Amino acid sequence: MTTNQQQIQLQLDEKKDKQRNLWKKTGLALIYVVLIIWAVLTFIPLIWMFVSSLKDSTAITQVPPQLIPKQPTLDAYQRVFEVGGFARWFLNSLIVSTILTISNVVLASLAGYAFAKLKFPGRHTIFWILLGSMMIPGQITLIPLYILIVNTFQIADTYFALVIPTIVTTANIFLARQFMASLPSSLIDAARIDACSEPKIFWKVILPMAKPGLAVLGIFTFVANWNSFFWPFLVTSSNEMRTLQVGLTSFRYQYTADYGAMMAGAVLTAIPMFIVFLVLQKYFLKGITIGAVKG
Amino acid sequence: MIESSQSSGIKTKRFTWENTKQFFRDYGWCYAFILIPLILFVLFTVYPLVMAFIYSFQRYSVLGSEWIGLDNYKSLMNSSVFWTAMKNTLIYTAATVPVNILITLFLALMIFPLNNKSQTFFKAAFYLPGVTSGITMSLIWLWIFDPTGAGLLNAIFNLFGLDSVMWLANPDTALFSLILMTYLGAHGAGILLYLAAMGGIPKSLYEAADIDHAGWWSKLKNITWPLLKPTTLYLLVMGIISSFQVFEQAYVMTMGGPNLATTTIAYLIYDHAFQSFDFGLAAAESFVLGFIIIVISVIQFKFMSTDIEY
Repeated sequence: MTTNQQQIQLQLDEKKDKQRNLWKKTGLALIYVVLIIWAVLTFIPLIWMFVSSLKDSTAITQVPPQLIPKQPTLDAYQRVFEVGGFARWFLNSLIVSTILTISNVVLASLAGYAFAKLKFPGRHTIFWILLGSMMIPGQITLIPLYILIVNTFQIADTYFALVIPTIVTTANIFLARQFMASLPSSLIDAARIDACSEPKIFWKVILPMAKPGLAVLGIFTFVANWNSFFWPFLVTSSNEMRTLQVGLTSFRYQYTADYGAMMAGAVLTAIPMFIVFLVLQKYFLKGITIGAVKG
Repeated sequence: MIESSQSSGIKTKRFTWENTKQFFRDYGWCYAFILIPLILFVLFTVYPLVMAFIYSFQRYSVLGSEWIGLDNYKSLMNSSVFWTAMKNTLIYTAATVPVNILITLFLALMIFPLNNKSQTFFKAAFYLPGVTSGITMSLIWLWIFDPTGAGLLNAIFNLFGLDSVMWLANPDTALFSLILMTYLGAHGAGILLYLAAMGGIPKSLYEAADIDHAGWWSKLKNITWPLLKPTTLYLLVMGIISSFQVFEQAYVMTMGGPNLATTTIAYLIYDHAFQSFDFGLAAAESFVLGFIIIVISVIQFKFMSTDIEY
């Protein structure tokens, strides 16, 4: 090959590289555009909720709708609190979600640790029965559970009824077992040789290591219970015992036309979860993969 | 002698006071750790499961139930409402689950090549709507689907010169409306699972493909897609199970109507159990639902057990 030919070849290669880079850059730009458009689309319902909650009762029924309220007002929020009960519903949701978060973290972590790290007769059988029960849809157990709580225990319309069936869920035990299994056994064995009692090993050795996993478990439990609807809806009858989600649906039938108040109520219900998410983002983004499949 | 009896511990089946004491010394804490969950499990899962099975053969009444054999199952098989609900649930599932998995995969594929900062941003953006409750979302969409021109969707239609549609009040569009809202729902959790799986695919496979001058599409088809199969399958089964139980949207937005157009299996069970208080019939329906879900789960376990190796 002459030097001349080599030079031409080099030039051609350079051109190819440049072309490839250009393709890469346009491809990347295209990706950003599509992702941003889709992200905006998924945010439209939430944005529309905020926008609608800031309109007064005449602006909200206007055709075509104002995309940005011309005279933003907090009237709708005032109406939400005039109904009575909203603050109480908020408090109920907070109480129920907090109790269930604590009980699930404590009980699921103990059971998860036992299934992951301790050896005792029947542990595999018991665990598989629990795991298998996760396939049973809630609709099946719902009716007898309702009869048990309402007719047998006679505790309908109490905090007790709201929390008792989900004090610790099988899904959480499974999740806890998954991350407990990944902790090193050597430290547990070392503690056992030092004649630590089992509760002390759990408290001093396991808990500090399992903290990130337990945080994920706690956060997911809190959000799930804040958002849960069906069970609270079944077992509450008085206005004072309703949780936020149940109370919120009553807006649908009290104010068939007052979408402003409905959206304001929705905003007040959703905002605590947005805050939880934004503050604890890393747990949400890492946590989901703990309990799921490898692959 | 003493030592040997201790080490054999519970293996000697003879039931003596010494053995029992040793058993509790060895395993007492293990059982203590799972005791409360087990009691709750028996009380709130096993007992209700057995009772539901019994109710499904009875005409339930607080004062005394009557044993009617298979009548509940027979009457639901002959009921047109049940089959309508089944059809609605199947349409809803078929129209939502595969499309949403494709959207999820598509978004994950686009997020994967980005730098860390952008990845985190988009992960968070797609996850955030997912922390809002089904009830909140249903109320928002109820308002978006408002039949007047004040509803957002009709406003967009009017903007393009199209007439307003009675989205939820028309039997032809009601179920479609409930399907439509899932497409713009939260895909965050699925995206995270896909991204985690994509991160686990060895780079060497793509490098080998590069040497063979494989294009973008061929890499997706021959490397990425097959290796993501376990994740896809997981999302598919979870999606099917949860869409078979869809209730909140139907309750808040349409009350199962108009004309049963949005009555799903889960809604029908609610309606029969807590509106007509026909617990026996509702229990029978819930067992049919449970049977379908267990079949799907078993199929999943079968597929999942064939592990992929690379």
